[in-house]
Amino acid sequence: MTTEPTTTARPIVVHGRWTGYRMLLLARLRELFREPEVIFWIFLFPILLALGLGVAFRNKPPEATRVVIAVQPGSEHIAELLRRGDAKSLKVELQPPAQAAQNFRLGKFDLELLPQGDAVEYVYDPARPESVLARSIADSALQTAAGSRPAVATTSRVNSEPGSRYIDFLIPGLLGMNLMGSGMWGIGFALVEMRQRKLLKRYVATPMRRGDFLLALASSRLILMIVELILVLGFGIFAFHMKVLGSWAAIALVTCLGALTFAALGLLTASRAQKIETASGIMNVVMMPMWIFSGIFFSYERFPAAVIPVIRLLPLTALNDALRAIILEGSSLASQAAPLAVLTVWGALCFFFAVRFFRWT
Amino acid sequence: MAFTMQEQVVVRCRDLRKTYEGKVEAVRGLDLTIYAGQCYGLLGPNGAGKTTTIEILEGLLAATSGTVEILGHTWRDHAPQLRESIGVSLQETRLAEKLTVRETLELFGGFYHHARPVADVIEELSLTEKADAWVGKLSGGQKQRLAIATALVGNPRILFLDEPTTGLDPQSRRQVWDIVRRFQSEGGTVLLTTHYMDEAERLCDYISIVDHGQVIAAGTPPELISGVGGQHCVEFALDPAPPNASDLWRTLPGVGSAQANDGITTLTVEEPHRTIPALLALVEQNHWRLSQLTTRQSSLEDVFVHLTGRHLREE
Repeated sequence: MTTEPTTTARPIVVHGRWTGYRMLLLARLRELFREPEVIFWIFLFPILLALGLGVAFRNKPPEATRVVIAVQPGSEHIAELLRRGDAKSLKVELQPPAQAAQNFRLGKFDLELLPQGDAVEYVYDPARPESVLARSIADSALQTAAGSRPAVATTSRVNSEPGSRYIDFLIPGLLGMNLMGSGMWGIGFALVEMRQRKLLKRYVATPMRRGDFLLALASSRLILMIVELILVLGFGIFAFHMKVLGSWAAIALVTCLGALTFAALGLLTASRAQKIETASGIMNVVMMPMWIFSGIFFSYERFPAAVIPVIRLLPLTALNDALRAIILEGSSLASQAAPLAVLTVWGALCFFFAVRFFRWT
Repeated sequence: MAFTMQEQVVVRCRDLRKTYEGKVEAVRGLDLTIYAGQCYGLLGPNGAGKTTTIEILEGLLAATSGTVEILGHTWRDHAPQLRESIGVSLQETRLAEKLTVRETLELFGGFYHHARPVADVIEELSLTEKADAWVGKLSGGQKQRLAIATALVGNPRILFLDEPTTGLDPQSRRQVWDIVRRFQSEGGTVLLTTHYMDEAERLCDYISIVDHGQVIAAGTPPELISGVGGQHCVEFALDPAPPNASDLWRTLPGVGSAQANDGITTLTVEEPHRTIPALLALVEQNHWRLSQLTTRQSSLEDVFVHLTGRHLREE
């Protein structure tokens, strides 16, 4: 390039290699924090969700088991035996046979007892766990009250420590879900919007380094995600006395890896789309299976054994598994090599194809 | 032409062609040469291929064929250096709404190795009062000035402006013209596209009139206007209009050309004081009724109508 002197002696500032990147990152963060929706979805939403679900599924004191005895000769005696046997966990009522049968059918009672002389017939529903439990409690109460003695001496001890509760399972899942959602929306949406506004085209008409642009987008996500990690886990610890057994460094590392993987996935889904509507459709299609299968709200072990290996190959499953293992079980990073490898491969492949397909205009 | 052969050529393109998806020929063999310090205008109706041409010159679109040299270099070999030397304002870029004017300029300036101080650019473009306002809160004229500011903050040698005043009110248009003149007066070179003939006429030193992807006329505004056969226009309407009278009008003294459009006949003439009496005599002689008669200076609009038979603003 010829170094013609610039036309006039205007004052000039000389910028270094990283000025463009720094300005892009700063602009991105400013834009994010000036968008009230972003603050809500990234910071408030997961906490509200954790609060709502945590309260709804909190470990409640065991509810009384409700049993009904059809009124017949001898039913008073049975009721008396039951009350004597286990007054604490049984709530006993007497009703005429037709009404008792009807109310059991409607689920108002867990168990129906039909006295037949000295004997008792249990009517229960094996498909209802509480019904099975009721039969067992009632039987045990009856036998004890009637003088039966246990053949084996047993004692029990209560254990409902943090770590095994639903909220403990939920919090890492929410973290994973939000890493996916905000990574994909945050990157994908922002890009398609900038393309639609012709802002991407305007940027490439400057000497901006394209790599810096993507890097700034990804780093703005990382910063947000670390803040979110601290908020969500912190909320679990303070509001639900959750215990974090693994190292925070390992958790932060997995969070970053997850954020980058989903950022790459977002980049790929937005690499060509010209309209927000198109991009949001594609993103929903990509995220839907993971919302269902990846064990956010319940364990994916409930799905048929045949599909579980496939589920484990989804990036969100890998992320959730690694987060849960480290947070809840205190596993080391090394022990999570398999899910971390799944995440890395997803991230790398998506990034590779995204850069190949990417359209600036 | 006002430029000597020693003048430095900053933009040169030869036989530029662009075909979209193998079908639409947006640019069909376009040549242009822009000298340092010029304000060069591409004037033409919407869809003439102006935007395609300017985006090829800006290195944002690849030409189907033809050569482009900017400051003696090609986009293929020297893109990063060329990006440092040009400033671009696209048609309808919507900048980030929740950044302030200052933040936006700091961002764009940050992309350039050598940039102008943001405060200088803000002052020069009369955006001082709005420096800390969000872009979303600016008026149309302020947004357009900011768009040009993002091009100027990189201290460019060439400024590319695509339809810089489309949709602006008259005062905002004049502000944009002042910015362009100031940049030019400090030695910058400007290429702009417009479909406003007054803008081209007032602002540009040299104009290429583009239609259907080709340059149909080029020159300084006075050269182009004298090319239509007269510095003046006489427009009149007759009631009822005699059919196919164009040949008759050309027999009048001093008439360069005659065009009929929407019942109004436009004659380009050198000396109205010779043509008008003859015209009036002819009307009188034929017992026609003159419903309108005006005379004015010829404009680039007349040049375009003369060349294409259409008005610039027709879609």
